[in-house]
Amino acid sequence: MLLALAALTTLGLGLGLLLGTAARLLKVEAEPITAELEAMLPGSQCGQCGFPGCAGAAAALADGRAPVTLCPPGGRDLAQRLAERLGVSVDLSGMADAGPRIAAVDESICIGCTRCFKVCPTDAIVGAVKQIHAVIRDACTGCSKCVDICPTESLHLIPIPVTPQTWAWPKPAHTPVLAKPVLADAGCH
Amino acid sequence: MSSVLVHAPHAHSGAGVGGVMATVMLALAPATAFGFWAFGWPAIYLWTVTVLACVLTEAVCLKWRGQHALPRLADGSAILTGWLLAVSLPPWAPAWLGVVGAVAAIALGKQVFGGLGQNPFNPAMVGRVLLLIAFPVEMTTWVAPHPLGSSGAPDLWAAAGITLGGNGYDAVTSASLLGGFKTELTRGVEGASAIAHAFAPLSNGLAGMRAGSLGETSAGLLLLGGLFLLWRGVIGWQAPVGMLLGVLVPAAILHTTHPDTTLPVSAHLFGGGLLLGAFFIVTDYVSSPGTPAGRLVFGLGCGLLTFVIRNFAGYPEGVAFAVMLMNAMTPLIDRAIRPRVYGRDRRGRSLPPLGGDKK
Amino acid sequence: MRIFDFLSRLPSWGVHPDDHKRPAADRALRVVTLPEFLHLPLTQHVGGIARPVVRIGDTVHKGQLLARAHGNISAPVHAPTSGRIVAIGDVHSPHPAGLTLPGITLAADGDDRWDESLEGLGDPFNADPQQISEKVSAAGVVGMGGATFPAAVKLALGRRMKVQTLIINGGECEPYLSCDDRLMRERAADVVDGARLIAYAIGAREVRVGIENNKPEAIAAMRAAAEGFAEVHIVPVPARYPMGSDKQLISVLVKREVPAEGRAADAGVLVHNVGTAWAVHEAVRHGRPLVRRIVTVAGGAVRDPGNVETPLGVSVSHLIEACGGLLQAPARLVLGGPMMGTVLPSQQAPVVKGTSGVLALTAAEAGDQAPAPCIRCASCVDACPMGLVPHEMAAHIRAGALDQAADQWSLTDCIGCGCCAYVCPSRIPLTHHFDYAKGELAGRERMRLRQDATKRLTAERASRQEREAAEKAAAAAARKAAKAAEKAAAEKAKAEKAKAEQAAAEAAGSNEGATA
Repeated sequence: MLLALAALTTLGLGLGLLLGTAARLLKVEAEPITAELEAMLPGSQCGQCGFPGCAGAAAALADGRAPVTLCPPGGRDLAQRLAERLGVSVDLSGMADAGPRIAAVDESICIGCTRCFKVCPTDAIVGAVKQIHAVIRDACTGCSKCVDICPTESLHLIPIPVTPQTWAWPKPAHTPVLAKPVLADAGCH
Repeated sequence: MSSVLVHAPHAHSGAGVGGVMATVMLALAPATAFGFWAFGWPAIYLWTVTVLACVLTEAVCLKWRGQHALPRLADGSAILTGWLLAVSLPPWAPAWLGVVGAVAAIALGKQVFGGLGQNPFNPAMVGRVLLLIAFPVEMTTWVAPHPLGSSGAPDLWAAAGITLGGNGYDAVTSASLLGGFKTELTRGVEGASAIAHAFAPLSNGLAGMRAGSLGETSAGLLLLGGLFLLWRGVIGWQAPVGMLLGVLVPAAILHTTHPDTTLPVSAHLFGGGLLLGAFFIVTDYVSSPGTPAGRLVFGLGCGLLTFVIRNFAGYPEGVAFAVMLMNAMTPLIDRAIRPRVYGRDRRGRSLPPLGGDKK
Repeated sequence: MRIFDFLSRLPSWGVHPDDHKRPAADRALRVVTLPEFLHLPLTQHVGGIARPVVRIGDTVHKGQLLARAHGNISAPVHAPTSGRIVAIGDVHSPHPAGLTLPGITLAADGDDRWDESLEGLGDPFNADPQQISEKVSAAGVVGMGGATFPAAVKLALGRRMKVQTLIINGGECEPYLSCDDRLMRERAADVVDGARLIAYAIGAREVRVGIENNKPEAIAAMRAAAEGFAEVHIVPVPARYPMGSDKQLISVLVKREVPAEGRAADAGVLVHNVGTAWAVHEAVRHGRPLVRRIVTVAGGAVRDPGNVETPLGVSVSHLIEACGGLLQAPARLVLGGPMMGTVLPSQQAPVVKGTSGVLALTAAEAGDQAPAPCIRCASCVDACPMGLVPHEMAAHIRAGALDQAADQWSLTDCIGCGCCAYVCPSRIPLTHHFDYAKGELAGRERMRLRQDATKRLTAERASRQEREAAEKAAAAAARKAAKAAEKAAAEKAKAEKAKAEQAAAEAAGSNEGATA
């Protein structure tokens, strides 16, 4: 009896000591994740998330101060990748996602005030004083800064136009024969 | 004019899940019919009750899961599960045994995982193994064949008594070959070798006049059914051949070295559930690996494990345990064994261009 | 010399669908009457969109250049008949989602006059091979089997890689389609000539024409036409879908595989379709650009199925009318074959260079049925000609693990032949899953590139702003310095002036003192 108790106690203490030593000696420094998160963010520093630029947002994400759904230009896809990277589960079905969008100028009411291209974080709007401005589609991130500042509301966001080069097959409908079309109800209205 | 976005191909071979299941049932029918004849009305009752219990359980589970029960039931997978479970039971077993097995097979073996196609284990074997562990006596109480119309066969009413209550049962129990051999072996070599010698491969084995599970006894008809499935292309040769080799090769080797304490190859082949297992159990699509080469490995594994259990473990028969153990290995096999991709080597690297590996 | 003994063994991959090739394959070619308008998309090929060189109102002859190639991989578009350009803008396209494409609309004048300046090479086999490539390039010839890759680009590649074997693909394994069959039966000599021209252009030593053995008439006609050309071998191959896929035909004809990360040329061969060979013959011998092709019009809903030779740009509805119209409303209208073709959202879509067939299928033919869960039967694994595990790929894709499907299950090696979905007893739209995943992954890659570009632009903007601020500051400093200097100068002047005045005063004072 005593022997058994002693043996088990010794075993427990010995193993505990071993584990403790191992934890201290073989400690793996946690990789600073902030830089990696920042690389995943769009990088347009648009500030829509409420943090000062993408670096600030990445720091907030790493500390858990911000939800993965914080970035409107990144959309649902980015939220999903952030959730994967951070190892959090998140319900994205509620996240409104109109897909990636870009700005477009309504040429009939643009007055050529130049305000929009002064705020554009990627220099995606070109023009000059009293000239109609135009958006370079490949450079626009859809951050909506220009939309907010336009005095005549001639700027608005549109979905990126689909061309045969960018068109892709939609996801196939999932299979089970449900008595109640649960998914359709949730998705359509 | 269709405006719906449909993807190619705009043609189909016509194959369907229901058709596959129906073909398997057709192949299983002769051996089952023989079982009905050899073991009489109790066997017919048991089979009917088990199959109905499976279908009912499936319907209830599907309702719970909010799916349309009818289209899913129509694929016949629940009927086949019930059928396979029933033919693996002792023919005069009480009806409740079949019902318990059926509920376990469908509810625990299949629907909790998400229904058809999702179950990691063969549902019929889940039911059988559960019964084998929980009710070892009922599951190993065998009877010798009492062919319909013969003097000793129970009539409709007597049979109902057997199936419902198990009365009038003990009078006719008989040992199965594998079970009897194992029991005798613990008492001495003489009794065991007497049983082994009494076994006649042709009449007891191929023709099926022996004690055993409802549908496993007629080796000849099972073989016929298996060949039919192979011919129809419903099953591949890999899993059955693997299973047979896995049992018979080591059994042959062991029997030459220890002729007195082991059964001969013919007894392994015809004396238990090996043929039923090889053609109808290890060929289950869902719980076996998804590639032909993987299925060969799977079959070999099932066979080897069956051989080990039969010869060295406590149970006389090991097909169900072996299949379930190998089911658990299926994801591993699927990970390790894959076909070679065109233009790549076995390790997935692109083949070098013609005329050396100039980049 | 029994070079095809090994073919007696059927390949283990693929499927053997009902071929439905008759009666269309046995009917002689018909010629389509000219419609009023032709709609010509500017991308009938893989690569850059062709740039129009005509204006609205221009009168053009048949074969005249309408739009020139743009970029390294591109092909020009020519007028399929004589007439007047009435519009340059978006036209209907054969795209499954009904997207429009930039294109040119031509009103036919009914004369169908060839441009008389077009002429072929007098003696091509003594010409510089480069000249053949140039003719092919100028004629806008693309892969006619459906790949629509510019043929001239492939010729240049073949010559550069010193390809020894030219394979001419007469497989035509898709059910229903018989346009290549008809072409080989009726114009075998032209096809063989085109094949020899291609071989000469790339410097290949032998030509192997692979024809499925369900086309005995075509094999006979081609053998007769190849008589006397020792380098041309007509090789019957087993009728098995997808034999007409380049990779499968190569492995059967030369027993080599195309490296997964390489091209056919890496296996020492170049593959061209029989239709392409014919187009090359037309371009080199007669100088005629690719402005017409043979199209199979078939399917259970077509009254009088057959093959028609049609100018490009003719609408699908016009082709169907040419084949007696429809017996019933088709359950599905398909462009191409049933295994890989795409649904046509509208009968207004025009015939383009890659259109091999128009199928009006009945519901029974299309084989529609609701999908059921996968039972892991592995029929798809047996059928896959690429050695993939389709059910695993689909399971990963359904679970959203697209990267895993690509990296671990070789999604990128899928050729989209449809064998897996064809045999699937659960009727799972496997190829749809794969195309969805490929598109989604490509989209993500585009987004990633876009994001990189954004970062670059943001950084550039920041550095520009910094530079501008620095310049502004420098300018301000310079201005300030100038001002200060001015001020200092002024003060100095003032001081000097005061000094001078003082000095003067002092002098005056002393003078006064002196005088006092």
